[in-house]
Amino acid sequence: MTKNLKNNIGTVLGCLLILVWCLLPVVWIISLSFKSQEAVTVGSPGFFPSDGGGAGWSNYTDVLKDDQFFRSIVNSIGISLIATVLSVGLATLAAYAIARLEFVGKRFVLTTALVIAMFPVVSLVGPLFDMWRTFGIYDTWPGLIIPYMSFTLPLAIWTLSAFFREIPWEMEQAAQVDGATSWQAFRKVIVPLAAPGVFTAAILTFFFAWNDFVFGISLTSTEAARPIPAALSFFVGADPFNRPASLLAAGAVVATVPIIILVLFFQRKIVAGLTAGAVKG
Amino acid sequence: MAAIEMKNIVKKYGDGFPAVNDVSIDVADGEFVILVGPSGCGKSTLLRMIVGLEDITSGDMIIGGDRVNDLAPRDRNLSMVFQNYALYPHLTVYENIAFPLRLAKKSDKEIDEKVREASKTLDLDEHLERKPANLSGGQRQRVAMGRAIVREARAFLFDEPLSNLDAKLRGQMRTEIARLQKKLGITTVYVTHDQTEAMTLGDRVAVMKRGVLQQLASPRELYEQPVNLFVAGFIGSPPMNFLPATVEGDQVTLPFGTFPLPAAKAERTAGKGLLMAGVRPEHFEDVSVLEEGHVDTSRTFEAHIDVREWLGDQQYAYVPYEAEATVQDQLKELAREADSDSLRTQLVVSLDAASTVKEDDDATLFIDTDKMHLFDPSSGDNLTVGL
Repeated sequence: MTKNLKNNIGTVLGCLLILVWCLLPVVWIISLSFKSQEAVTVGSPGFFPSDGGGAGWSNYTDVLKDDQFFRSIVNSIGISLIATVLSVGLATLAAYAIARLEFVGKRFVLTTALVIAMFPVVSLVGPLFDMWRTFGIYDTWPGLIIPYMSFTLPLAIWTLSAFFREIPWEMEQAAQVDGATSWQAFRKVIVPLAAPGVFTAAILTFFFAWNDFVFGISLTSTEAARPIPAALSFFVGADPFNRPASLLAAGAVVATVPIIILVLFFQRKIVAGLTAGAVKG
Repeated sequence: MAAIEMKNIVKKYGDGFPAVNDVSIDVADGEFVILVGPSGCGKSTLLRMIVGLEDITSGDMIIGGDRVNDLAPRDRNLSMVFQNYALYPHLTVYENIAFPLRLAKKSDKEIDEKVREASKTLDLDEHLERKPANLSGGQRQRVAMGRAIVREARAFLFDEPLSNLDAKLRGQMRTEIARLQKKLGITTVYVTHDQTEAMTLGDRVAVMKRGVLQQLASPRELYEQPVNLFVAGFIGSPPMNFLPATVEGDQVTLPFGTFPLPAAKAERTAGKGLLMAGVRPEHFEDVSVLEEGHVDTSRTFEAHIDVREWLGDQQYAYVPYEAEATVQDQLKELAREADSDSLRTQLVVSLDAASTVKEDDDATLFIDTDKMHLFDPSSGDNLTVGL
């Protein structure tokens, strides 16, 4: 009994510690976003705004009213979504081929994909910058979508091919006997079964694109394509010599919201054990 | 509905090993044919070639008069029940059954009618809205069958459909499949390794070994007139007893004694040296339960009963005997081919339930040499086939 109690207390303490460790910075940013600029400059060490130092929602309304910031949110959402859809779409087809078909160079494709994933992103920024200017896609959406897509493809392919391998061959054969073409069998049977994998890959891809800073700042020059992380670093507010910490904090919080919504939405789709009951276990 | 003709079908894999070798089987329209054999005999491969999931190396596959060798599975219009059911886990039972109809772009009304009809036949009405994960093994099996019968396929193919069920359910489903096939009158090819299923279900049974068709005949013919040692040993449970035998004149000498043999059988086998005699367990009987005066005393022998198994309606007794090493080796080889194991040379005899033989005691047994078969030990051929 006492041992049980001790265990429980230990578990609770451990969880609390991890929660504090992970969430403290987040909570602090939220706290900062509700303080007024003056209070931050003067120094406001408390968690809650000091007397008269509170800004209410004004930081948020300021941020959302800012045209640059608004444009960058649109850019980020657009670019990340398109990159995710393209990457996951391509990866689904590639992973299916890798999991199901025997072809020459299969191992080569997989290892190449790994090599791409291992390549340091920074080392490619220079060449890409030059190439994109020559091609005329510097500071455009495609200029960011292409690198995001190529760098997330390997991970998506690996994740998805693992999922496809788990799906019994018989499912597809049954569909073919039932009168489906290969494409129908893939679309009506395999893709729904691989849905948890597809959503996992989609979330990972979206995270990568949404959080990227290196490409975002070096392959854009105006708000035509600049994504949120880059925009935040350019965010200067009214006074260029005085970085608006509380506005930035509000901007950071706003930038996190789409990710949270996305995860909550997709999490419901990632149902483990969806294939249960397909075949005798 | 259609007849299926297989003409000299060969399947070779990449390493050149023929998994199916020159098999020709004609399945008549509406007939129920079983492919049976030990694991690795090529029966499933043959079935998958019929349905189109496996390429045919050479030979002709003709369904309903059309050569289908190069047709994709969907163009052959056959329906198949897989060993592990292969239900679509993301669809309800209703949608699982409706799947082939939806692919065929039937109207919703027609689909609903047909699905309801199939579910009624298979007693699935109350499960239509459930997902396969929530069903028992027998229910999943019925859904798989529902998916097969819902469209007018030209033939049904079953790939060991009952092997995942427990013994009791297997018996019930076996009867169910037989009833369904009779009712629908549709051509059916059914693969199993279970000889009981083969005997009870099939109009005709094809016994295969290592890719080669051994015998294609009605269950009764297989049982009473096996063409070779393999078929004789594979069909029947408990299996046929094999004993070393020599025939001189009209007398056959077995390890237990010398007995008279019918003239026709003796004529074909006399003077051929060491042969293999095959006697089914039920062709022995305890003399004490037979009517006195009706027993041919020249065909009785003393035997030492080792173990006895009383089953209520009958009983099995085991009689060990000594055999030469070469004979033992051949018996072991036979048992291995049929996927079983023989640890010792022994007779299995099936006695009347009234018999009171005791374990570890001597008994006088009668052997019915009229029903005995004699096999050439080197080729395995039955020398007394048709007699």
